[in-house]
Amino acid sequence: MLAATNATEEHVHSTFASRYVRAPVPRFKMPEKSIPKDAAYQVIHDELMLDGNPRLNLASFVTTWMEPECDKLMMAAINKNYVDMDEYPVTTELQNRCVNMIANLFHAPVGEEETAVGVGTVGSSEAIMLAGLAFKRRWQHKRKTEGKPTDNPNIVTGANVQVCWEKFARYFEVELKEVKLKEGYYVMDPEQAVELVDENTICVAAILGSTLTGEFEDVKTLNDLLTKKNEETGWGTPIHVDAASGGFIAPFLYPDLEWDFRLPLVKSINVSGHKYGLVYAGVGWVVWRNKEDLPDDLVFHINYLGSDQPTFTLNFSKGSSQIIAQYYQFLRLGFEGYKNIIENCMENMKVLKQGIENTGRFNILSKDIGVPLVAFSLKDSSKHTVFEIAENLRRFGWILPAYTMPPNAQHVAVLRAVIREDFSHGLAKRLVAHIEQVLKEMDGLPSRLQHKKTERETQEEVFRYWKRLVDRKRAGVC
Amino acid sequence: MVLSKTASETDVSVHSTFASRYVRTSLPRFKMPENSIPKEAAYQIINDELMLDGNPRLNLASFVTTWMEPECDKLIMDSINKNYVDMDEYPVTTELQNRCVNIIAHLFNAPLGESEAAVGVGTVGSSEAIMLAGLAFKRKWQNKRKAEGKPYDKPNIVTGANVQVCWEKFARYFEVELKEVKLREGYYVMDPVKAVEMVDENTICVAAILGSTLNGEFEDVKLLNDLLIKKNKETGWDTPIHVDAASGGFIAPFLYPELEWDFRLPLVKSINVSGHKYGLVYAGIGWVIWRSKEDLPEELIFHINYLGADQPTFTLNFSKGSSQVIAQYYQLIRLGYEGYRNVMENCHENAIVLKEGLEKTGRFNIVSKDDGVPLVAFSLKDNKRHDEFEISEMLRRFGWIVPAYTMPADAQHITVLRVVIREDFSRTLAERLVIDIQKVLHELDTLPAKVNAKLAMAEEEEAKSGTVVKKTAIETQREVAAFWKKYVSERKTNKNKIC
Repeated sequence: MLAATNATEEHVHSTFASRYVRAPVPRFKMPEKSIPKDAAYQVIHDELMLDGNPRLNLASFVTTWMEPECDKLMMAAINKNYVDMDEYPVTTELQNRCVNMIANLFHAPVGEEETAVGVGTVGSSEAIMLAGLAFKRRWQHKRKTEGKPTDNPNIVTGANVQVCWEKFARYFEVELKEVKLKEGYYVMDPEQAVELVDENTICVAAILGSTLTGEFEDVKTLNDLLTKKNEETGWGTPIHVDAASGGFIAPFLYPDLEWDFRLPLVKSINVSGHKYGLVYAGVGWVVWRNKEDLPDDLVFHINYLGSDQPTFTLNFSKGSSQIIAQYYQFLRLGFEGYKNIIENCMENMKVLKQGIENTGRFNILSKDIGVPLVAFSLKDSSKHTVFEIAENLRRFGWILPAYTMPPNAQHVAVLRAVIREDFSHGLAKRLVAHIEQVLKEMDGLPSRLQHKKTERETQEEVFRYWKRLVDRKRAGVC
Repeated sequence: MVLSKTASETDVSVHSTFASRYVRTSLPRFKMPENSIPKEAAYQIINDELMLDGNPRLNLASFVTTWMEPECDKLIMDSINKNYVDMDEYPVTTELQNRCVNIIAHLFNAPLGESEAAVGVGTVGSSEAIMLAGLAFKRKWQNKRKAEGKPYDKPNIVTGANVQVCWEKFARYFEVELKEVKLREGYYVMDPVKAVEMVDENTICVAAILGSTLNGEFEDVKLLNDLLIKKNKETGWDTPIHVDAASGGFIAPFLYPELEWDFRLPLVKSINVSGHKYGLVYAGIGWVIWRSKEDLPEELIFHINYLGADQPTFTLNFSKGSSQVIAQYYQLIRLGYEGYRNVMENCHENAIVLKEGLEKTGRFNIVSKDDGVPLVAFSLKDNKRHDEFEISEMLRRFGWIVPAYTMPADAQHITVLRVVIREDFSRTLAERLVIDIQKVLHELDTLPAKVNAKLAMAEEEEAKSGTVVKKTAIETQREVAAFWKKYVSERKTNKNKIC
């Protein structure tokens, strides 16, 4: 006697034979019933197959590969809530060691065995908000003692800043005074920046490793010009260096480049552990020059079971895995290891750059000195644009972003490939081959853009230009 | 003839980790080491140091999830290298976040149509969620005041003194005054009547807590709503409510579905909940939901343009891992309503077992209620000779981490021990904890009282009853010293930060 298939025991069915793969996935309401864990795992895992491959995502600076030993450490720590400092004293100690090491790397004026002032964050966004908060509070204190108004703080940066500076400005009610870029000069001009400084400026933010072209801004010139202006005005305007990318590159490749606490006006620096700190997404660091630069009224004291721990972060509960992974990398690689990896990245970057140049169709906008990335634009974008190239490269699995520059260079559109630790020579060659293939294909296709435009089309183009300008104001660059 | 070499000269890669020279050096603490070391050595050294951390599953101080199914661990590990913010690169992960927001909004009875997308976002935790919600309230209130031509430089927020530290952070970092409703002995949550009294024209919102950290109690949001509606009618200020449902948001809908605390109450404009508490996900995920689009000012939202696609974003953090968002979705579809209810009922049952075990010892008062977050907060009936802090210390020897706290103002003389019952705290563990507490009590009974305890008790008794205990001269001197020391350190630090 045969029983119908669906009358046999539920738990006997393999996942794809069960009824759980026949139901639509819940999108708006929690389902009434539970489902077996294997089915839940499979259903979600399968949907996620349609996400991009993180390792082929050349848009991102964020680390996409770590050694299996580190993965093991991370998985073991996944259920540790980082903020329970008293419960997990070793993990807290590891964070403090990382802060010390990074402060040392940045030449913070700390004694041999002196603890540095800094904290681990979820990323450079949180780090920048904390640094900005510290500057704002210091400036307010100073103005109050001078009996002057404190309601109009501003911050001077380049228009090439990452979106988190705009977030900081908007959420913490600080005006953002941006130094505009121009074609051929895609970072903040120190002279123009210093001109924009006024009595309400809480700090000037320089970027070491601009997101757009990977360039390092000239922090030394900024420091020297600002020192002179401070002497004249007596305002004491400080500098913050957003070294999100560059902080783990410059010390290893360009140790003589003065950009960090060696410059007296630099009061705080942030760096992303999850970029060239070589850790997965979710860890950043901010370091202050010394205790005076972090106002005490911003620091909260937590009392657990009697012991006092000072804390100054926006996030509270979070995982511990990335902090432990950062310490693993420092210990495992050491100075020598980091240097080797970044040198490899630079070499592979040059291979990619060479290959792209050899096609003869592109201008290279990125410099050789800076973050290992290649930013390139089409010499001739009248028939096809870099946006089309980016779309076509997706077919091969590559994710290569195309952007327009911020004002005043909005007419320049670039493709950008970031070279991370796990982007080998072989992959670089393969990418060049695919780019060549895409170019060949596009040459055979009619242009999406018209050569001769009718008046209506010209009007449409003008409309699109202005719409983009408006959208650009709210668009973030990453 | 075979020449032997000393161990350190043979090929380094042959040595097992504990035979190599890498375990003979002290670990770097201030400077990055010059050279690399093999990955096995790095792994082993760090793993070994971490053995001295507490065991997360025996950490009864925390509400945050410490166990998930292996299938979910697999999903988490697979997505560990996905940067959540790359929305265009990982559209499915982004879609999963949106589904979670919709599901949670529906759970909280947000007034949405059948296929309407809810307004909300995933965050790193309730701290970020609360800061975003607070920012939205502040901006709405500022816009309203500007339109009325009134000053907007003194915003304030009304909460109970039992709020978690992140509200104080929000207040200090975003320059909003915190008006706290003081507690009193026996009443450890915000009194709705007093709260509404404190509301003035500068109040951006009133924050109620569903699941107070101190004793797990749910505040009476309905009463607050009704009283505030009446006041709003008189004043025309239109003060809204935010519910901090960090713990309670994933408990009330399953255990107390009739309890009206969410968007069913018209003044509730936003709610936050921690995915990593009773959402049953590891640390690193929270959610904030707004009632409707009007409650989230458009100017706070940033639009990111990646490869042409427009994605609105409103978070403080940018790059972060995707694992917890995926894990949250896993839990929502794996467990479903039935599964969550079963887990919460289990927690509730095990809390009762623990509570009854403690009551049977005859030495404790139970401060927590039966309804609310499944936790047991208890204090000693008699803490003259030994206090709760000593019990907490001694329990550590058995591996248990049970925190002891003093209540915030105006009930600072009350000290409690608190055990949080999470999903993975089974009945056998509850019974074992009771046995270990009894062991500790027996030991303490045989030990002499600590001098500090005696002095502290003397202070408390004075505060409570106004009577004076007879003291020797040196005890009085010590007490005076202790009093001033405490006074100075309280002024410097923010005491009693609650988590």
